[in-house]
Amino acid sequence: MPRPKLAVWKFTSCDGCQLTLLDCEDELLGLAGQVEIAHFLEASRAVSPGPYDISLVEGSVSTPDEAERIRHIREVSRTLVVIGACATSGGIQALRNFADVAEFRSIVYATPHHVRTLARSTPISAHVPVDFELRGCPIDKHQLLEVRTAFLVGREPNIPRHSVCFECKARGATCVMAADGIPCLGPVTQAGCGAICPAFRRGCFGCFGPVDSPADAAVNVAALADRLRAMGMSEDDIVRVFRTFNAAAPAFADATGGVR
Amino acid sequence: MTHRNDRSLRVGALSRVEGEGAMHVRVRNGEVADVQLEIYEPPRFFEALLRGRSYLEPPDITARICGICPVAYQMSACQAIEDACEVSVDERIQALRRLLYCGEWIESHVLHIYLLHAPDFLGYQSAIEMAADHRDLVERGLALKKLGNDIMEVIGGRAIHPINVKVGGFFRAPAPAELRPLGERLLQARDAAIETVQWVAGFDFPDFHHDHEMLAMTTPGRYPIESGSLISTGGLAFPASAFEDHVVEEQVPHSTALHAHLVNRDHYLVGPAARYTLNSASLSPMAREVAHDAGLGEQERNPFRGIIVRAVEVVYAIDEALRLIDGYQPPAPAAIEVPPHAGVGYGITEAPRGVLYHRYELDAAGLVTSAKIVPPTSQNQASIEHDLTEFVSTRLSLPDDQLQWECEQAIRNYDPCISCSAHFLDFTVERS
Ligand code: SF4
Repeated sequence: MPRPKLAVWKFTSCDGCQLTLLDCEDELLGLAGQVEIAHFLEASRAVSPGPYDISLVEGSVSTPDEAERIRHIREVSRTLVVIGACATSGGIQALRNFADVAEFRSIVYATPHHVRTLARSTPISAHVPVDFELRGCPIDKHQLLEVRTAFLVGREPNIPRHSVCFECKARGATCVMAADGIPCLGPVTQAGCGAICPAFRRGCFGCFGPVDSPADAAVNVAALADRLRAMGMSEDDIVRVFRTFNAAAPAFADATGGVR
Repeated sequence: MTHRNDRSLRVGALSRVEGEGAMHVRVRNGEVADVQLEIYEPPRFFEALLRGRSYLEPPDITARICGICPVAYQMSACQAIEDACEVSVDERIQALRRLLYCGEWIESHVLHIYLLHAPDFLGYQSAIEMAADHRDLVERGLALKKLGNDIMEVIGGRAIHPINVKVGGFFRAPAPAELRPLGERLLQARDAAIETVQWVAGFDFPDFHHDHEMLAMTTPGRYPIESGSLISTGGLAFPASAFEDHVVEEQVPHSTALHAHLVNRDHYLVGPAARYTLNSASLSPMAREVAHDAGLGEQERNPFRGIIVRAVEVVYAIDEALRLIDGYQPPAPAAIEVPPHAGVGYGITEAPRGVLYHRYELDAAGLVTSAKIVPPTSQNQASIEHDLTEFVSTRLSLPDDQLQWECEQAIRNYDPCISCSAHFLDFTVERS
């Protein structure tokens, strides 16, 4: 039986999420035996034509070409998994959604009209149907390996959708907010990183985006914003903590009164 | 109509580089008329989106410019902001930063040597294909790479976009006992790193030399990583604060990466070969010895042999990490206080691919009013195009697919991190 074909695609991103695959040092060669790596430009010159059994898509859509390209990739992919905050919410580059892109362009480039870009950076799901979503900036290696295993045996990946608070407790870390009064987005941020920041005495800063249940997230984000205010954060500071790598994720964008 | 004398070669979607790019060669009457390295990495406007952010945010935000060298961005950002706020961190914090940075050098260099570049020299499409014939070699590389990642995980919390770095120092300093196991592994890894130098030194290298001016940092008594000033093979010497007096960036139509050159001079080169050429005397005794045995001289001007320099720097980074772990005293507190302060600050560090410059202007409330970032790849791009023009000129008789592969290899010599300026390789040769 032929091995399933894996493709990895890059859109607007930093390469960190696809690098996570190469960072699976202990599993990489084994994986190469289980699947045919048919398209993964960061790792190989060899490219074999579609259709592909599974496509991993990193990055957001931020140019007219990308909006075209993602449609084609969807057509040639049986399963399409989006990886990382750029692909799931638009990434840090979606901060342009709250500003004037023409002005952004003229700050960086002397002759801005040469640079083709869209006014908004959007997640892959705004363009094509997506089969599965892995959060994080960057994604977590163990979650990526779980997606691989699940895909190979044909079951749903087991990816928790609860908040970072659960992981913090599971890890036995002390709550930074309760114990040290450090502002933390853990209560409204989706688990997956293993609660790294609280373990380093730092508040969570939301790499994995809002918890998956949109209704809950909206309620909790508002409640958390109140709590941050009570801890002495200014309105501007509160807007900034929610406007980072998942700024355009609806629950975070709504909390800051911005467009998505 | 196409014939040998006039042709156009396009390398579309350059592989095994970090980012997206393309190369376009135009040949007229049997001579190379033009070589363009197109960078079509979509712009992400970091310098614009940093405006209005708090002075505490650039380390985390700019890390997202590049997943392969986030520590470099964090370190240059911290340095620049601390400079603007007129504070300096103590030696212990400095040492821990250098150790974290050693982790990134090891991970990034080993990734490039084993997974991105060596396959070219041995005629494989990828390291995975290479592993079918040389599994032990690829496993040796993966183990070394993992060690670099583990250093970043222990100190930084995770390997990609570490979370423990902040303006002023760290959120939490690791206990000496957390670093000790890394020391033991580093000691064992030293042999693998030395074997790596010997292995890559045995590759076949095309005979090719450039005479670009080379620019790198220099640090008294040490090989430059996280602090120092700049010097060049052309006799320049200046601090970070004078960077923009010496380097200008220009937009070119074929690229979203800006091109840099030296004021009143020409294109120039940063990166491992520049660092080595300007600082080889500061390498550790073992790194110097293996460099010598591998045939590296005072200068290294064959870009293809950059892979040897990278391997030597891995040996150095391992020695240096061992020294730092040996003398490790946890900084207490883990970070100094950095009150906001209106001013301009400059930061330079040696990213794995070369000098990375940051400048921030802050207002009294600590908000960023302007930001400038000059990554290594945009500094090298003009020199890479220059090399490619020469390189292609002597290889016009090759069929397009062979020429394409050799050009790709030549580009990979510079380990272009295209997401930081932007991605590579779409290759076209227009012979018309
Ligand atoms: S989500 Fe974060 S780590 Fe992943 S590609 Fe985007 S910026 Fe990089």
